[in-house]
Amino acid sequence: MSEGARERFLRHFEELQAVLPGSDQPWLVRMRESAVQSFRDQGLPTPKLEDWRFTNLKALETLDFRAVAASSVPNVPDNVLDGPRGAVGDAHLIVLVDGIVDAALSDLKSLPDGVQIRSLAASITTEPEKLENYLGKLDDPKLRALSALNQALFQDGVFIELEAHAVLERPVHILCLQRSGDPPTAVHPRNLIVAHAGSSATIVEHHLRMSPTQALVNTVTEVFVEEGAHIEHIKLQEESDSAFHLAALFVKQARDSRFRSHSLALDGGLTRFDIHAVLAEPGAECRLNGLYAPQNDEHIDHHTTVEHAAPHTNSFELYKGILDGSAKGIFHGRIHVRPDAQKINAMQTNRNLLLSDRASVNTKPQLEIYADDVRCSHGAAIGQLDEDALFYLRTRGIDAAEAKSLLTFAFANEVTAELPIDTLRRYTESFVMDWLPRSNV
Amino acid sequence: MSSSQEDIRNLTDREYEYGFVTDVEQDTAPPGLSEDIIRFISKKKNEPDFMLAWRLKAYRRWLELNEEDARWAKVDFSPIDYQDISYYSAPKIKPKLDSLDEVDPDILETFKKLGIPIEEQKILSGVAVDAVFDSVSVATTYKAKLGELGIIFCSFSEAVQEHPELIKKYLGSVVPYADNFYATLNSAVFTDGSFVYIPEGVRCPMELSTYFRINEAKTGQFERTLIIADKGSYVSYLEGCTAPMRDENQLHAAVVELVALDDATIKYSTVQNWYPGDKNGKGGIFNFVTKRGKCKGRNSKISWTQVETGSAITWKYPSCILQGDGSVGEFYSVAVTNNLQQADTGTKMIHLGENTSSTIISKGISAGHGQQTYRGLVEIHQRAKNARNFSQCDSLLLGDRCGAHTFPYIDVRNASGKVEHEATTSKIGDDQLFYCQQRGIDPEDAVSMLVNGFCKEVFRKLPMEFAVEASKLLEVTLEGSVG
Repeated sequence: MSEGARERFLRHFEELQAVLPGSDQPWLVRMRESAVQSFRDQGLPTPKLEDWRFTNLKALETLDFRAVAASSVPNVPDNVLDGPRGAVGDAHLIVLVDGIVDAALSDLKSLPDGVQIRSLAASITTEPEKLENYLGKLDDPKLRALSALNQALFQDGVFIELEAHAVLERPVHILCLQRSGDPPTAVHPRNLIVAHAGSSATIVEHHLRMSPTQALVNTVTEVFVEEGAHIEHIKLQEESDSAFHLAALFVKQARDSRFRSHSLALDGGLTRFDIHAVLAEPGAECRLNGLYAPQNDEHIDHHTTVEHAAPHTNSFELYKGILDGSAKGIFHGRIHVRPDAQKINAMQTNRNLLLSDRASVNTKPQLEIYADDVRCSHGAAIGQLDEDALFYLRTRGIDAAEAKSLLTFAFANEVTAELPIDTLRRYTESFVMDWLPRSNV
Repeated sequence: MSSSQEDIRNLTDREYEYGFVTDVEQDTAPPGLSEDIIRFISKKKNEPDFMLAWRLKAYRRWLELNEEDARWAKVDFSPIDYQDISYYSAPKIKPKLDSLDEVDPDILETFKKLGIPIEEQKILSGVAVDAVFDSVSVATTYKAKLGELGIIFCSFSEAVQEHPELIKKYLGSVVPYADNFYATLNSAVFTDGSFVYIPEGVRCPMELSTYFRINEAKTGQFERTLIIADKGSYVSYLEGCTAPMRDENQLHAAVVELVALDDATIKYSTVQNWYPGDKNGKGGIFNFVTKRGKCKGRNSKISWTQVETGSAITWKYPSCILQGDGSVGEFYSVAVTNNLQQADTGTKMIHLGENTSSTIISKGISAGHGQQTYRGLVEIHQRAKNARNFSQCDSLLLGDRCGAHTFPYIDVRNASGKVEHEATTSKIGDDQLFYCQQRGIDPEDAVSMLVNGFCKEVFRKLPMEFAVEASKLLEVTLEGSVG
């Protein structure tokens, strides 16, 4: 039998072991070794697992991915950045090519005091003691095989640290580019964001195709939001239809902190995004928003977990999907209220618009509640545009296609309106616009 | 508030009211499960060959199944030793009974203790009762009257003898023998149950009702119910249960199959109050039931209503397969868990036909250390144009050590489908309680009122006799559980 995904990725580890950063740090070596062991035990997740019932990674078994060593990443002409930069506009830019930070392409000149944005690999060399406290502390390789894979194989990523009360006015634009290649590449970038007390920043994680080929990205981002800090995280995904995009976001929030996540899954082949937010101390609040718009045979899967571990914590969640062609949209949201976490507000909404008979939606909004003084609600709806609303617009002389577009746009607007960056909001709106049935809205 | 705390204690300390054991001689098979036992059961029941073959097929399949694969529900229990269960127990009956007078007086006494008005029923409520006493039907009333309309309402074993063609046609047509671990076990070893056939165009003039009662210690109960509503017919079926107190966990793995043909309606109501175990979680019934209805014909309708207050563990998903165009499925449920009870219950609505619609209303109440889960599936297949579903699952938490969980699965593969799901979890509002007390209503009554109000939507769907029993059960289980 030919080599399966498990053996292939274990082989990648052996190939890269010598060049992986942190080989002189015992804690990191231990972490990687235990991650390798976890991955060896689990292999890639299969639909037999409850959390993977609707997303099958079988295609990864047969594709002969190759590992990319940091040293082999070639230069990329900087004119490729012109388009993507426009999505976010004026921002601190850090570019990753095949999961490796490209300092030449990045633009981090005017960072204010108290803010560090740098390559994770470099930080492992320069400040390993600091990273030891944070790296890999939020994701558990034993529970999530893809985290194990990432912990074993990550070579680089972005490390952002905001000192106490540092305020970053301009957003951070993390641009992840992946080259095409034959055989296809598999990369495992890892980002770490540490926001100390009272700091605030807006961070955009932008995944972009460079050419329409198969490639695998398996990324993990860990975010520590300390007391009173405020982080906005936006994940913008515009990848090729044949890409495999596996991502995770782990967040831990301290007292009175705010965290907002916006997931914009606009384009991508097989996409899976896991979000896990732990509200660890009273007063923490998190908001998870998402818009997914798969078409053709794209497959977009969001799994979110909000863990209310302390009393007086709030969470709000809004995910909206617009599906066309034979696309598949999956939303699994879980709200977990731990015993004694009283005075909780948790709200979760998932709405889906089906534009085609071949498109399908699986949604599972879950509540797991072990405390009594809580107010939790969730709602899910799947349907079409409102006939009455369409009719109303028609009576106003707007043709059918345009009326549909208007309403679809309005449907998405609830999510896009909350985007904190104007340029990005307009960019997303125009994406939705272009995507709609031809009209001159 | 402290008085409410006391009320909670009073309530939780309350002994199970229906805990007594009737001493009737039983004709019991030795514990254990093997092909021989299945042959023994089949022979004992004088079954035709196709039944034995079906049972053996199920048994062989069951041997291949792994109970671990059936442990996805959010319930926790120690493994069951299937070789330690006796699979057949029947009251020693005199050949055939003509009237109630011939029934063992002990049994009648038991029914009386439970408040089942088997004698008064004819006069008072117009309910025909097919009393199942540990697996074998003891008395069937109203048979003649139903017979005039061509309605068949009898025990399953009788139906096997007298209507083998119907059994052969419909048995396993909704819940196949290999459906799941417990249903497969049931298919292999079921001893008795109820059978109903409503002929074309007949509206059953009374509520049909079966009272189940688990009696013999260490006897697993494997009931099998099959209800067939032919074209244009209507039937309302009531199922109610209480069980005597005992220390050892008892397994109950029943299967209920409903088939509704064109324009037929089946309404199936359950009040389940089996022994939930004591407050330390000792004893109590394991209720692993597979209930499923198939709306086979056009414009048919199946409606499930359940009030689940008993059992240590409830594992139950009354479902509807909406196959006929325009068919309707409904599920109304109130489930209560107190002390260490666990319930994982919900429904599946499988939309296959066009213009099918379904409604799910589920109310969960959790108190003490109770753990309660709503688990539901709404599936709209590609061919099911204009399918519609509305689901609402509300949970009420009484006490800070209990849990309420909601796992709704929604799967839509047709753009014309409309699915809505709403769920909330909360406790009884302090302001609501305060308002009632302000009006001179004491806390306990106020809680009772609010809980009743919470469940009203479901209780309204129950037949009258049951609605009264249901509110009473709820009171018994929960009175004063809130501070």
